Amino acid sequence: MDANGTDSARPLLEVDGVTLQYKTREHLVTATYRVSFKVWPSDRFVLLGPSGCGKSTLLKGVAGFMQPVEGTMRLNGRGIERPGPDRMMVFQEFDQLLPWKTVRQNVMFPMLVSGRFARAEAEERALAYIDKVNLTKFGDAFPHTLSGGMKQRVAIARAMAMEPDILLMDEPFAALDALTRRKMQEELLQLWEDTKFTVLFVTHSIEEAIIVGSRILVLSPHPGQVKAELNAGDFDHAAQGGAEFQALHQRIHNMLFAERIEQDRVAAHG
Amino acid sequence: MAEARSLRAAPPVRPEFEIKPGEAAHIGDAARPLSAWERISNDTTVRRIFILVVLAIAWELYARWIKNPLMFPSFLDMSEALYDNFVRGPLIDRTLTTIKVLLLGYAAGIAIAAVFTTIAVSTRVGTDLLSTLTAMFNPLPAIALLPLALLWFGLGIPSLIFVIIHSVLWAVALNTHTGFMAVSETQRMAGQNYGLRGIRYVMQILIPAAFPSILAGLKIGWAFAWRTLIAAELVFGVSSRSGGLGWFIFENRQQLETANVFAGLTTVIIIGLLVESVIFRTLETHTVRKWGMQR
Repeated sequence: MDANGTDSARPLLEVDGVTLQYKTREHLVTATYRVSFKVWPSDRFVLLGPSGCGKSTLLKGVAGFMQPVEGTMRLNGRGIERPGPDRMMVFQEFDQLLPWKTVRQNVMFPMLVSGRFARAEAEERALAYIDKVNLTKFGDAFPHTLSGGMKQRVAIARAMAMEPDILLMDEPFAALDALTRRKMQEELLQLWEDTKFTVLFVTHSIEEAIIVGSRILVLSPHPGQVKAELNAGDFDHAAQGGAEFQALHQRIHNMLFAERIEQDRVAAHG
Repeated sequence: MAEARSLRAAPPVRPEFEIKPGEAAHIGDAARPLSAWERISNDTTVRRIFILVVLAIAWELYARWIKNPLMFPSFLDMSEALYDNFVRGPLIDRTLTTIKVLLLGYAAGIAIAAVFTTIAVSTRVGTDLLSTLTAMFNPLPAIALLPLALLWFGLGIPSLIFVIIHSVLWAVALNTHTGFMAVSETQRMAGQNYGLRGIRYVMQILIPAAFPSILAGLKIGWAFAWRTLIAAELVFGVSSRSGGLGWFIFENRQQLETANVFAGLTTVIIIGLLVESVIFRTLETHTVRKWGMQR
């Protein structure tokens, strides 16, 4: 047991046989079907899959925005019932920051409304985390004056300053340009080296999954089902050209597209 | 096709090169302060005042040309009447009466709109109720309700307040509700993620996020209320012993004091302009513009 009451000898997050469904205007869509996985403290756990595999829905389930129709989700042994600040979420969209608050106020806001920190302490922590994501000069700026990458950094600082049990990231870098995305991935890994937080990271990019993740859950689409759980090892951008990286990339790629090749072959012969 | 393509020459092979960023000093400063004239003409207030001055001059010239002060007094006559009525005459009292009634009605209208919107956002039946009522009553001019108001509340301030509430309520409720509906899913989820629920969620996330729409509703509501009140006073200001601005205009028309009629109308315009360009604009500059939610 460490200071947070988390036991590193036991998984932090247990997702067990979870089926998630949501309604659109015309359909009841089954997003995931009996998905199970366990996230251990300090994992960089990646949910990887093509669009339609329910990875974002799964993350919303863990965040507490959706209840599973089947199966259980437990954080530190307690069932997840509703959204809460012990699972801070970083979204893909830039408008996740509150436009009527400055960068500093945005980072302080969850700390204050959750009642976890007093104002002075919240302010101190906010400044420290804004510094960590290299935005010290922009503490008093309003979000609309920031670039996309800076907004995502603020969102990450805001989530991390809460020191949640688990950080939930829903394709946080997907809307950024390639250069900024790469820089943000490096920064995220650097932050992880510092504090060894636990993160559940959703992406559709195999490359991003290998670089960011320490363990990868590969999901198949329609509905999302677990295809494999792999160790991602310790690859950074420099290792990208290496044979091992390429081998893992190819292996995941085949896993994701095997079905389609199979279908194409049947179609061609049929 | 293939022949046509092969006829086109391949681009020439050119040597590669790299350049270090050189001196750009010869094109002048990277940023230069604008000249005084450029800065003045960029100021909206200055440009608007200029338009007002031109209009006043045109008015004066036209009035002098037709020489009929009974029908169309000149700008200077009007200004004099305005000054006299403010300093010696009843214009200040009249204006204050009008504004008092207006503020009462406006505040009551906003309060009721808040209740309606709360019901509308919390239940689906409430949403249907609000949209149906708004669709029914929004097109109904408040003045058309005046006879009914007189029947129910008699001559006097309660009737005026009733019609003002009617003109404010639907505009504000509709805009606020539209604003709430338009709050992005991401911001909603972010708010819930922090554990905000119920009234705290509404106060800390929904209202600021919907503020551009709410402010637009308040502005429209204000304009409706102002117009309705002046019109209502014209119709039955006769009754109330201390009449408002509308009554002032009506009274002076009866006495053929046309310059005073113009003075009354100008007061209506000035107050409208002040509220629009001072109060609401200041509110905008310090909220939605500062937050980048509106240009």
